[in-house]
Amino acid sequence: MSTGTTPRSARRVEPRNAGFLSDLLTVASRALRAIPREPAAVIPALVIPLFFFVVNIGALEPVAQATGVQDFRAFQLPVAIIFAVTGVSRASGLVTDISSGYFDRLLLTPIRRSALLLGLMVADLVLVMALCVPVLILGVIVGVNFATGLPGVIGFVIIAGLWGLAFTGFPYAIALRTGSAAAVNSSFLLFFPFAFLTTSFLPKEALTGWLAAIADYNPITYLLAALRSLLTAGWVWTDLWPGLLAIVVVGAVSFTLAFGALRGRVSRG
Amino acid sequence: MTASELAISVEGIVRRFGDVVAVDGVSLAVAQGEVYGFLGPNGAGKSTLTRILCTLLKPSAGRATVAGYDVDSEPGQVRLRAGVALQEAALDDLQTGSEMLALQGRLYGLTTKATRARVKELTELVDIGEALDRRIGTYSGGMKRRLDLALALVHDPEVLFLDEPTTGLDPVSRAKVWHEVRRLNTELGVTVFLTTQYLEEADELADRVGIINQGELVAEGTPTELKRSIGTDVVIVTIAGEPLKARHVLESLDLVDRIEGSGSTLTLSVSDGPSAISPIAVALAAVPDVTVIELSLRRPSLDDVFLSVTGEHIIDSGQGAAISGSQQSQETP
Repeated sequence: MSTGTTPRSARRVEPRNAGFLSDLLTVASRALRAIPREPAAVIPALVIPLFFFVVNIGALEPVAQATGVQDFRAFQLPVAIIFAVTGVSRASGLVTDISSGYFDRLLLTPIRRSALLLGLMVADLVLVMALCVPVLILGVIVGVNFATGLPGVIGFVIIAGLWGLAFTGFPYAIALRTGSAAAVNSSFLLFFPFAFLTTSFLPKEALTGWLAAIADYNPITYLLAALRSLLTAGWVWTDLWPGLLAIVVVGAVSFTLAFGALRGRVSRG
Repeated sequence: MTASELAISVEGIVRRFGDVVAVDGVSLAVAQGEVYGFLGPNGAGKSTLTRILCTLLKPSAGRATVAGYDVDSEPGQVRLRAGVALQEAALDDLQTGSEMLALQGRLYGLTTKATRARVKELTELVDIGEALDRRIGTYSGGMKRRLDLALALVHDPEVLFLDEPTTGLDPVSRAKVWHEVRRLNTELGVTVFLTTQYLEEADELADRVGIINQGELVAEGTPTELKRSIGTDVVIVTIAGEPLKARHVLESLDLVDRIEGSGSTLTLSVSDGPSAISPIAVALAAVPDVTVIELSLRRPSLDDVFLSVTGEHIIDSGQGAAISGSQQSQETP
C-alpha cells in the first residue's frame, strides 16, 4: 500500500479533441486494416457476384435475347456489381466491438460519436469500390465494352460505390440496435427483394403483372438503368438522374435508421 | 477541500435501472494522488458508479466531478483527464498492440511523434514490449490486461479508473498488475480509483477503502481504521460436534464482543486476543458433544470488516479472498 497522496508530476502529453476529420480517418483506417486480416468476411462478396455473372450469362443469354436484350453480358454486369456491393459493411465487426467492450473504450475517448459510424462507412465505400474491380475485369474478359469509355468506368464504380454506401445504413442500424451478430447476418435478407424484384434478368418492358408494378417502386430498377446506360447508351442523364435519386432516397432512409441507432447506443441514459 | 481540488468528488449519486436501484445515494471524495479502493461483492454497484464517473452512464440523481469537471455536464473534459480500464480487457484481436496504442493516441489528438514517445514510455512501464508487434488475438489474459492498462494511460490521465483489474488473472499476473498500479501512483502521482471484490487487493493497494453493498456505501476509511473499527483481535474457532451449543457458551463470555459465522467455523471479535484465548479454550472444553479442532488468533482483516458491516460471507475463489454477493439482481446491466 502506498503511504499517502503523491504529488502529481507535470503531464507528459497534452491530450485534446483530435477533430472530426482525424477521428473519421482513424476509425476508417482501423477498419480497412482489419479487412485483409479477416478474409472470410470479404470472400463471399468477391465470389458470389462472379458466380452469378457467369451462371446467368450461361443459362439466360438466349432467353434474354429473345425478349429484345441485344447485349445480355452488358445487361448482366450491373447486376453482378449490385451483388458485389450491396450489404457489404463492417457491421459484424461493430457487433464484435460492442460485445468485447471495445466500443465502450472508444466512447471513453473524446472521439466524435458520428465518426464512429461514418469512419466505418468510409472504409466500406473504399471496399465496395475495390470489389467492383474484379467484376469489371471479368466483364471485360467476356467482351463487355463501355460506351462512355474510361470516364464511364469511373462513373460506374462511383455510382456502384455510393449505392453500396447507401445500403450499409441497414446492417449498421441492426448492429447498433441489437448488438447481435445473428441479427446482422440476417440483414442480408433485405437484399433479396431489392435484388430480385426488379429488372435483374429481364428488361422492364418484359416484366408483367405484380413484378412489373413492384419493379416500378424498387430503387434498384433505376440504379440498374443508370449503370446499364453507361455501358451501352452513353451519358444519358434521363437514366442517370433517377439512379442517383434512388441512391439518395435509400441512403436517406438507411442513414436515418443507422444514426438514430447510434444515438441510442451512445446515449448515457 | 473543494470539489475542484479533489480528484474525484461524488455527492449523493443515485442510478436506477427501471425499478432496480444500482447505486443508492453514494457520496465520497478522493484526494489527488490517492489510491481509493472501492470494495464490494458482484452486483453491489461498483461498476455502475465507475461507469458514471467515466461518463458512460448518466446518474439518475446527485452530482460527481472528476479532475474538477462535472461528469454529467462536462463529459468531454472528463474524458481528456480520465483513463479507464474496464472489467474486461476491451481490445481488438485483429490489431497489434502497437496499432492499438497508436490509434488511441490519435483519438486523443497526439501527434505521431508524441504517440511514439509515449508508447516507448508505456512499454517500459507496463512490461508489454515484446508482444507489441503481435496481433492481440495471440496474447495471454495477463498480457491483454497490461495492454488494456497501457491504453488507459496513453493520454497520461490525471485519474485512472480500474474496474476489477485482476479478476480472472493468475497470481503472477495479478502481482504484476499490482506492481504497476503502485508505480503509477507513487512515481507518477496518478490518482487511482480501483474497484475490486478481492479484499487482499484493496488491503495491498488502497490508501483508503470504501465498502459498497446493495448500492450503498456502508463503510469508509483507511484499511487500518476499518480494521480497528471492528475490535482489536479476531479468534477463529473450528469445532466438531454441536455448533449451536458452542455458540451458546461463547455468547455467555463477557470477553467476546461479537460472533460471526455459522456451522463449524466461528469468528469471534475480542478486545484483547492473547488474554481471551485461554478462557475461550477452557469454556469450549467444558461443552459436551463439542471438540475443538483449531483455535487461532489473528489481527482483523478487511474480510472481518466486510462481514461486520454487511453480514456477507467471504469465499476463496482461487484468486485470493473474494466476496460472495447476495444481491445478484443488482448486477450492472
